[in-house]
Amino acid sequence: MFLKLAWRNIWRNKRRTAITLGSIFFAVILSTLMSSIKEGVYVNMIKNSAGDFYGYAQIQLKGYNEEKTLDYSFEFTDEVKNAVGSESAIEESLPRLESFALASHKTVSKGALVVGVNPEKEKLGTQLHNRVVEGEYLTQNDNEVLIGDGLAEYMNVTVGDTIVLLGQGYHGVSAAGKYRIKGIVKFGSPEISKQVVFLPLKTAQTLYGAENLITNLVLQVNSANAGIKVAKKLKTQLPENLVAYDWQELNPGLVKMIETDRTEGYVFMFILYLVISFGIFGTILMMLAERKHEFGVLVAIGMKRFQLAVLVWLEVISISVLGAIVGVIGALPVCFYLYFSPIKLGDELKQMTEEYGLEAVLQPSVAPEIFINQGIIVFCLAATIAIYPLIKLLSIDAIKQMRS
Amino acid sequence: MNVITTSNLSKVYDEGPVPVYAVNGVDLEIKKGEFTAIVGPSGSGKTTLLNIIGGLDKASSGGVKIGSTEIENLSANELIDFRLRNIGFVFQSYNLIPVLTAKENTEFIMLLQNTPKAERDKRVESLLAEVGLEDRMNNRPTELSGGQQQRVAVARALASKPQFILADEPTANLDSKSTANLLDIMLKLNKEEDTTFVFSTHDQRVIDRARRIITLEDGKIISDEKQHVQ
Repeated sequence: MFLKLAWRNIWRNKRRTAITLGSIFFAVILSTLMSSIKEGVYVNMIKNSAGDFYGYAQIQLKGYNEEKTLDYSFEFTDEVKNAVGSESAIEESLPRLESFALASHKTVSKGALVVGVNPEKEKLGTQLHNRVVEGEYLTQNDNEVLIGDGLAEYMNVTVGDTIVLLGQGYHGVSAAGKYRIKGIVKFGSPEISKQVVFLPLKTAQTLYGAENLITNLVLQVNSANAGIKVAKKLKTQLPENLVAYDWQELNPGLVKMIETDRTEGYVFMFILYLVISFGIFGTILMMLAERKHEFGVLVAIGMKRFQLAVLVWLEVISISVLGAIVGVIGALPVCFYLYFSPIKLGDELKQMTEEYGLEAVLQPSVAPEIFINQGIIVFCLAATIAIYPLIKLLSIDAIKQMRS
Repeated sequence: MNVITTSNLSKVYDEGPVPVYAVNGVDLEIKKGEFTAIVGPSGSGKTTLLNIIGGLDKASSGGVKIGSTEIENLSANELIDFRLRNIGFVFQSYNLIPVLTAKENTEFIMLLQNTPKAERDKRVESLLAEVGLEDRMNNRPTELSGGQQQRVAVARALASKPQFILADEPTANLDSKSTANLLDIMLKLNKEEDTTFVFSTHDQRVIDRARRIITLEDGKIISDEKQHVQ
């Protein structure tokens, strides 16, 4: 009966209810869309940077993450293979030898991230072959390279051209090699595309004088969260000289950037919700003023003050949650539409986002928690605001209210 | 047996320079089954007296006993619960809950008393039948005439099985036909079920049918008479 009464009371003043619902509806739509797009950008950033290249988890020799030199290389032994193999969440393990070198073509030189990969395993794991936009993919015994499209553009090279890699190898040996460009690869993260050069693992080991050695073992798992869990678990199972890192530990800059951006988002959302709060509070004040006499009568005929307070609390919560639900329902089709047809940013914005190392695409996230969280936030807000009438009604004087 | 006993009851408003006695030294005994009208001109203290008897207002001095309970000793929350279980109220402007139907309005009091649903349903039907509204059970107050609304209010007041019903000017907003109809119902309930009614009024049609008439003036009882009614 209380719920029924609360629900019917909401609709007694339809116009007021519609205005309150409308304000909650638009604010929730706005904040849901904003959260959804922001989270979508983060998911893409994590996927482009960590998922598609560094992996959501890696095994490295202790010290390599802090000082990325080939001196921290290790052998991919059976012991490591067994530890990795025992973890069912790991779909594929990809051995890599990574180092930096100066890439040159004719008179142009640029620092490059040289990555020795096992082409067959990368095919299964990161699906590197699908990133080839020009030329062909690598094979195991090639003495050729794949080059990022950004780097190729900078160096003005294309498939069939030759580049020279010059750097420092294992234990200080000099590393130099000349390689034909077999293909050009494109990554979602422009930052990666601007610096990466892929070689078959064996070719890279020869270049750097690091026979049978790798610098990192990329663990292919199906999500960022799975990467965190796997790394945590492996930390206790690996030989002492090795350590497992999740994508957050591997990309502290990315994590920091997301955190900062999220905080800015929270400020905006706080303002939005402040507006909603005033809307709800205004409704409560009007309702309390309008129904003074009725509240007095209810207490006079024997309704306990706390029951009356609960009734009004239910009314406030119902209207707020209804507004939140309608808002989320309104936001859902927009989010799903943009999820399946992401917005590609125009030239100017594209250039700007790429300067920040981001893909110039806005694809919202449709993770359920984004929508559920809006409902929870509005509920908590309403529940907090509804404390005011609760306190007021707990000390109501029937006769005074009836005389009003 | 007295249902209501007041002793030297006074209510003083002393906000202004001169204290105003709304009720002044009222001693009153009302027995079970009485049909009593409190009459008097506007400002004579009828409503204030009813409010104090009903535990809605506090007396400045003196006491009110309902049955064997001295209500001035009850806390605010105890008083609400006491009213719920012992006193039925009928107001001049009906004061039904606008979003509930006649049936739900009548049931509401029993719901507050935690009466089981089956018992509630049975009693609501019988009460609404008694006040002649069995065919308007599912109508909301706005769909009922003033007289019908007041009859729902009587049914609601009776729903809690109170010791007595306090009615403040129950016919003030009703036309002659509705007034007569309401009085018929109240008298029938009084006769057949021994329900005690105490009401304030200055409506001669009501006064003519009351069995006991207490007249107030300036907060004091100036006469207390019984009359025979057919």
